[in-house]
Amino acid sequence: MKVSLFITCLCDTFTPDVGKDTVELLERFGCEVDFPVGQTCCGQPAYNSGYKSESIQAMKQMIKAFEQAEYVVGPSGSCVHMLKEYPKVLAGEPEWAERARKLSDKTFELTQFLVDVLKVEDVGATFTGTATYHPSCHMTRLLGVKDAPRILLENVKGLNLIDLPMKEDCCGFGGTFAVKNSHISGQMVQEKAEHIEETHADYLIGGDMGCVMNMGGRLRRNGQEVKFLHIAQVLNTQ
Amino acid sequence: MSIKIGHKPYAERIQDGLNNAFMRKAVSSAQGRFRSGRLKAAEELGDWEDWRTLGEEIRSHTMENLDYYLHQLSEQVEKRGGTVFFAETAKEANEYIQEIAKKKQAKKVVKSKSMVTEEIGLNEALEKSGCEVVESDLGEWILQLDEDPPSHIVTPALHKNKEQIRETFMKKKGYTGSDDPVELAAFAREQLRQDFLEADIGVTGCNFAVAESGAITLVTNEGNARMVTSLPDTQISVMGMERIVPTWEDLEVVVSLLTRAAVGQKLTSYITALTGTRLEDEVDGPEDFHLVIVDNGRSKILGTEFQSALHCIRCAACINACPVYRHVGGHSYGSIYPGPIGAVLTPLLDGYDDHKDLPYASTLCAACTEACPVKIPLHEHLIRHREIIVEREKMTTKAEKMMMMGFAKWASTPAAYKLSTKMARTTLKPWTKEEYIEKGPGPMKGWTEQRDFPAPARERFRDWYQKREQRSDQ
Repeated sequence: MKVSLFITCLCDTFTPDVGKDTVELLERFGCEVDFPVGQTCCGQPAYNSGYKSESIQAMKQMIKAFEQAEYVVGPSGSCVHMLKEYPKVLAGEPEWAERARKLSDKTFELTQFLVDVLKVEDVGATFTGTATYHPSCHMTRLLGVKDAPRILLENVKGLNLIDLPMKEDCCGFGGTFAVKNSHISGQMVQEKAEHIEETHADYLIGGDMGCVMNMGGRLRRNGQEVKFLHIAQVLNTQ
Repeated sequence: MSIKIGHKPYAERIQDGLNNAFMRKAVSSAQGRFRSGRLKAAEELGDWEDWRTLGEEIRSHTMENLDYYLHQLSEQVEKRGGTVFFAETAKEANEYIQEIAKKKQAKKVVKSKSMVTEEIGLNEALEKSGCEVVESDLGEWILQLDEDPPSHIVTPALHKNKEQIRETFMKKKGYTGSDDPVELAAFAREQLRQDFLEADIGVTGCNFAVAESGAITLVTNEGNARMVTSLPDTQISVMGMERIVPTWEDLEVVVSLLTRAAVGQKLTSYITALTGTRLEDEVDGPEDFHLVIVDNGRSKILGTEFQSALHCIRCAACINACPVYRHVGGHSYGSIYPGPIGAVLTPLLDGYDDHKDLPYASTLCAACTEACPVKIPLHEHLIRHREIIVEREKMTTKAEKMMMMGFAKWASTPAAYKLSTKMARTTLKPWTKEEYIEKGPGPMKGWTEQRDFPAPARERFRDWYQKREQRSDQ
């Protein structure tokens, strides 16, 4: 099975390890992974801020970059959901909307792809430690991926998974919200940090690097010794 | 009052909210109760998603045929002895009601809870024409005594505690009792009883009007609406023009959704349906009944991409689910309609000038959309508002516009993207310490005020990948 990796601009720039783990994980289950170098950012920062025409420029670049792909898989529910919105956003340009629809149909979030397409529920990972998982809002509510991460994590050997109180609540990231409404965002992520503390977990696991960077950044600022990881980093341990 | 409350700018309102530790605690615990109540009530009902779909269908069908149902409703109300008045603006609605008060030589008006009368500022209008106006919903009464606006559309005094309420009662009504809620409520009941008996006019809102019969239904827990509608001889019900259902059968669905989504109840203590004036063989009901149907900007929403905002049944499930509301409270929104639905509705009804910040007071986490019992895509409406603010109203800063134009160029030009991400680590080096930025420059400042920012990696993913490819080619 041929898979084109949609790395996301955050993972490309800040957490290349997440990309490496994603590639290795997919290869382990027989995928032939390639990396279309023309990919940039999905356009969400502009789209969610109301700059639709600016976001469309990014979208068209992404459509072109992945045109030849058989499957597109990305380690982010939020960015993958943005790709899935392209046909709607480009509805005014029928030709682009059709190309967008093709991209949307073949695009999956990493855990969704593992469980729903590759039919893998146990990746054979071993990770010793106590962890809590934050289910990101866009991954669960918008993309509808609710069970896959939990199923995969529950099958990781040695992993003691503790339920995060009020886990459905947003961590306060919200893209430009974190900067534009930083005071509100700060209080939201503080509440999340307190809930993480309550679990006494050594690790915080998330499926979206934006949210993990937000929560991780606050944990570090608070001097909390919780380590934070992307789910791909846990699933690719052996 | 009108839609807009207070005069402080957005940033100041938010800071006031964030600094109000008591309010935040009260809101957070109320949200917890409402949320678990909603989830439990939904589960009890079973097939909640089917109910939501049905609710959405009813609301959507009604809005698509609003002219028909409004016509049917007004015919039915008039057939049963009532008078219907269509008010295009808040001013028209108030003037009509003032005129009735004048004709009746009314001195006292009692009201049951109604957001639309808050919206049009009816109390102030009636007071100007010399009437004493008494709110009879406990929460609204407390706020009226304290001259404080509502902070929630279902539980308007959510932000107050019993000690504060006791103080208000002491100062304004000579109360001498304790802060025991039962004693406080008993005092309010005793005080209000006199008002009910003395009132010349009763004013209610309207949860839903049933078009097929001309009935006005009121959903309450305190029973005050029954007093308002059975004691005074003249009754005036005020409704937003969208608060209508075609049939009793539809009413059953939307009321089930409303009470469950709002407070997690199967039904509220009282659901009152009032149909017309007192007939000759009846012992109660008003001699004179007026239904005031308020447009006040609603018809402008019909036929637009925001039409589904009119589907709202005012249950506040979105408000109770919203993590932003939890931290800033209702008053921070500067509108009588707070929370996600408020951020959608307020700019539509009252324009962007005073409310352009509201659509951004959301992380777009979609907890609101998920909670809405009639499936209004609230977070998507917020994005549409942002587009209008940027593209039509041109209300954002030049700096932001420039940044976004830069973003578009960057994200659509792979060479620019590659170069900038390659340079990122070096560019941010002056601010980086131990792989983190604790005090960032420019637009990064907002981020680093609240949390640390990671330094860009030494080697990007694409560099690693390229090397790996080269290795495997050799």
